Amino acid sequence: MAAAITSPEMAAANAEAKFVGTPRKATTHTNQNEGLMFEKSSPGKKAYRMAELDVPAVDAASLLGDLARKDLGAMPELSEIEIVRHFTRMSTWNYAIDLGMYPLGSCTMKYNGRVNELVSRLEGIAEAHPYQPESLSQGVLEIMKVLSDALIEITGMDAITLQPAAGAHGEFTGILLARAYHESQGNARKKIIIPDSAHGTNPATAAVVGYEVANLKSNAQGMVDLAELARMVDADTAALMLTNPSTIGVFESEIGKIAEILHAKGALLYMDGANMNALVGKARPGDFGVDVMHLNLHKTFSTPHGGGGPGSGPVACKKILEPFLPTPVIVERANGLLGMDYHRPQTVGRVRMFYGNFGMFVRALAYILANGPDGLRQTTEDAVLNANYIRAKLDGVFELPYKTQSLHEVVFSDRLQAKNGVKTGDMGKRLIDYGFHAYTTSFPLVVQGAMMIEPTESESREELDLLIDALQQIAREAAENPELVRTAPHTTRMRRLDETAAARKPVLRWKAPVASTSLTPDSAAKEW
Amino acid sequence: MRYLPKSPADRTEMLREIGVPSIADLFSTIPSEFQVKGDLRIPRQHGESEIIDRFRQFAANNAAGYASFLGAGVYRHYRPVLIDTVVSRGEFLTSYTPYQPEIAQGTLQAMFEFQTMICELSGMEIANASMYDGSTGAAEAIMMAVRVTGRDGAVIARTVHPEYREVIGTYALHQEIPLSEVGYGADGRVDLEALDAAISGETACVLIQSPNFFGTIEDVAAIADMAHRKGALLIVSIAEAVSLGIVRPPVEADIVSLEAQSFGVALSYGGPYCGVLACKEKFLRQMPGRLVGETKDMDGKRGFVLTLSTREQHIRREKATSNICTNQALVAMMVTVFLAVYGKEGLRELAEHNLAKAAYLKHSLAGLGAKVLFDGAPRFNEFVLDIEGGAEAANTGLLESKIIGGLPLEKWYPELGAGASLWCATEVTTRAEMDGAATALAGASGRMVGQMVGAR
Repeated sequence: MAAAITSPEMAAANAEAKFVGTPRKATTHTNQNEGLMFEKSSPGKKAYRMAELDVPAVDAASLLGDLARKDLGAMPELSEIEIVRHFTRMSTWNYAIDLGMYPLGSCTMKYNGRVNELVSRLEGIAEAHPYQPESLSQGVLEIMKVLSDALIEITGMDAITLQPAAGAHGEFTGILLARAYHESQGNARKKIIIPDSAHGTNPATAAVVGYEVANLKSNAQGMVDLAELARMVDADTAALMLTNPSTIGVFESEIGKIAEILHAKGALLYMDGANMNALVGKARPGDFGVDVMHLNLHKTFSTPHGGGGPGSGPVACKKILEPFLPTPVIVERANGLLGMDYHRPQTVGRVRMFYGNFGMFVRALAYILANGPDGLRQTTEDAVLNANYIRAKLDGVFELPYKTQSLHEVVFSDRLQAKNGVKTGDMGKRLIDYGFHAYTTSFPLVVQGAMMIEPTESESREELDLLIDALQQIAREAAENPELVRTAPHTTRMRRLDETAAARKPVLRWKAPVASTSLTPDSAAKEW
Repeated sequence: MRYLPKSPADRTEMLREIGVPSIADLFSTIPSEFQVKGDLRIPRQHGESEIIDRFRQFAANNAAGYASFLGAGVYRHYRPVLIDTVVSRGEFLTSYTPYQPEIAQGTLQAMFEFQTMICELSGMEIANASMYDGSTGAAEAIMMAVRVTGRDGAVIARTVHPEYREVIGTYALHQEIPLSEVGYGADGRVDLEALDAAISGETACVLIQSPNFFGTIEDVAAIADMAHRKGALLIVSIAEAVSLGIVRPPVEADIVSLEAQSFGVALSYGGPYCGVLACKEKFLRQMPGRLVGETKDMDGKRGFVLTLSTREQHIRREKATSNICTNQALVAMMVTVFLAVYGKEGLRELAEHNLAKAAYLKHSLAGLGAKVLFDGAPRFNEFVLDIEGGAEAANTGLLESKIIGGLPLEKWYPELGAGASLWCATEVTTRAEMDGAATALAGASGRMVGQMVGAR
C-alpha cells in the first residue's frame, strides 16, 4: 500500500480516516522533464562563435606533433537556447533560500543580499589578476584590509588570515597555527580534545595535522564536562576544539573556566566559528578566552552557498599566534600603500595559492556594510528570537532532550514519534511536502534521533508559523498515519532515491549507449 | 535593517509568546562580563547605493584599462554571458549542499554532467564534484596516492606552479610525507634522468604539471612509464584547462588534478576557482571530496545523489579520506555551462586561437633585447622571455604604456636570472595589445641599451 501513495490527496483517499496534513505553503507544481545535456547533443550544433582571429592561424599538428589531441570524445554539441532551457528547467528542481526557509541546524542558511553579487562582478574587481602589481591592486587590497579589520573587531581577536577556502580549511589552518606555536615552545604536543557533539570536520582536521583525537564526553546538559576536561588536559594536549555556542545551540557558560583549564596547562582554545551567527555584536570569542578560531563567511556573513560552495574560512587569532599565520600577510607600507608581506620566518606556510576566495570577501564586506554595528546586532537578536520562538511552540510536540536556554538553534529528538516507527529523517522528508527544506537530521550525535533547527534571522514570523504548523501536522501524521511520513516526500519530482544502490555500483559519469570513445587506459592512449 | 523581515510589533509579540520580558533574557546564558556593551567599531550601516559607490571606488583603484600579459596559473578567457545567467538563478545560487536529493536534482544533475565532462577532457574514468582549487587539489592528490600505494614519498617537478608546491609543502609536513624536487632540462621540461634517479621503491607518486609553469608541455607518457616501472603513481596537475582542447590528455596518469578556472571563472584576484580530481576507477575509494552518482527513485525514475559518503568526514570523522566539506559547487556550475557553450568543436577552436595568439606574441617580443627561453619545446599559451636589463625594469617601463608585462620569475627561479619573465596570450589578447607591448618593450630595451652604451 505504501507504494500506492503518491500524493497527500491520494493518501487521504486510501487511508480514509487517517490524518493527512494540509501544506499551507506549497502545492504540487508541474515539473519539467529534462535529460542529460549529452542526450540532446548532435554534431554541428553550436552555442558559440569565436571573435575573428586577428593574427595568423597556426597548424596545431605541426606545433604540437604527437602531443596534439585528436578527439574530444563525448563533449556535447548544443545550441544556446537548448542550454538556457536545460539549466533553467533543472533549476526548477532545486529548493533554495530564495524559495523559502532552510531550517538546517549548523548551516546558517540566511538570505544572500543581491547587491553582493553586483559588486563582486564590477570590472576592476572581477578582472583583477592576483599577480598584477601592488600599485595597481590598491582597491582589492583595501577590500581585504577593511574586511580583515571588521572581522578582527567582530571576533575580538588580534590578527587574521583570509586565505583558507572553507570552514574545514580554516580548521586546518587554525590547528596548524596551534601546532607551530607549540613547536616554538619546544614541543608540538600530541593530542587535540574534541567534544562528542563536534562537527565531523574537527576530528578529521586534527588527524590531517598529525594529532591524535581525544574524545570529550558531554555532560548531562550536553555541555563541556569541566571535571572531565580538567582530567584530560595535560602537557600533551595541544588544544581543545570547541564549538560555541555548541551544536545543541547552547552557550558554554563556563567558557571562562574552560579557557583557564587549558591555559593553565599551556594548551590552546580553538573555536569552531560555525555558530558565530549567535554571537556577532553580542559577544566576542577573543574576550572569552579563545586563542584561535575560524569563521564561515558562507554562513555568518551571507555569501551564497551555491549548492555546496564556494565557501571561505578566515582564521582569526591572538597575538601569540600571529607570527605563524600563512604567507602572505597584508601590510601597510611606509608609503601608505597596502601590500603583501611574504617574509615571515615563522609562518606555517601557504594553505592555498594566492590570497583566498577573494570573491567571497567582496560579498562578506558588502553584507557588513549593509548591516553596520546596529544591523549586525539586530541580526543576531532576530536569529536567537526565531529559534526560541520555534522552541516555545514545538516543545512538547517533539521531545526537547536538553532544556538549557537556546541561542540560535534548537535541537529536538524524534523519541515521541519513533514509537510509531517514524524517525527524524522521515519527518525531515515529509517537511519537504510542506514546502520546506528538511531540518538537520541525526546531528549532533549526542542526541539520539536529533532534529536540529536553525531558522536564522531571515525568516518572518509568518514563515516561522508555517514551519511550526507543518511540524505540528507532521507530528500528528506520525501518530495517526505513520506510513505517510515514512514514505515521504510525495509531492516532489523525484521520490526517495535509492542511495544504497548508488553506492554499491557507482555510476559517476554518463556514457554513450554505444561508446563513441573508449576510456580503457591502454587503448585510449592511442586513440586520443 | 532591510534584510530583516520583522516589524517591531512582531518582535514584541514573539517575545511575549516565548514568555520572556526582553531580548536580553534570551542572551542570559552568556556571562555579562563577556557581553558586548555598545556598538562594534565597524563601518556604519550603508544604503544599497552607498555600497555600490564604495565598491566602485575600490574597483577604480585597480588595473582597469591596462593590457595584461599575466597568466601563471590564472588565465583571462572570455566568459560567455550564459554563465552568469545560469548561476544568478536563485535556485542555484542560494541552494544548500544537495543532501536532500528529492529537492536538489538541479544541482545534482549538473554535477553529474560536470563529472562526465571532466572525465572526457582529462582522459580519466572518474572525477569528483570539485576541490577548493588546483593547489589544494594537488596536495590532496598526493595524500591520496600515499593511501593507495601504502608508500610515503612524493617526487615533485620544479616546473609545478611554485605556489602549488608551497601548499603541498604545508600539507605534507604533518602527514610526514617526504618530498623531493626534480629540476628541468634545457628545454624547460622535467629532467628525465634526474627524475628516474629520484624515484625509489618508497615513492608513492610523481607530480608534474602540464603544460608546466613555463608553458611547456611535458612528455606525460614517458614520465608515466618511468613512475609505473617503480610502482609509483603519476599525478598530472593541469593549471591551464583550456589546453585540453588541443593538447593530448594525460591518459597515462593515475590521477589528474585540474584547476578549471580557465573554463569560465572570473580572475577575481585569485579566487574562488575550481579544483577537481579525476582518476582511474580503481582508486575510487581513496578519492576525497563529494561524488555524485546515478540511481533510481522509488518509482524507478533516473535521479542523482551524493554517494560513497563513507569516505567523508561527516561519517568517518578522523578516519576520513580528507577533512574537506564545502567545495566549489557554484564555480563547478560555471565550468559546466562554459563547457556546454563551447562544446566539442568550440573547445578545439578556442584552444587553437590561444596557440595562435601565443605564437604571435612570442614572435613579436623575441628580438631586440629579449630572447625566448626553452624555445623549440612544445607549448600552449605561455613562454618565458629573457629580457636584457631585467624583467622588473622592463615591466616598470611598460606600465607607462598601460601594459602589465610578464611575471618576473627570479623570486622562484633565481637560476633563470633577473631577466626572466613568464608571458601569456589568450584568445582575448588582441593583436593591437601585442604590437603595443612589442613596441614599448623595444623602446624600453633601446633606452636601456642606450644607457648602457652611454655609461661606457
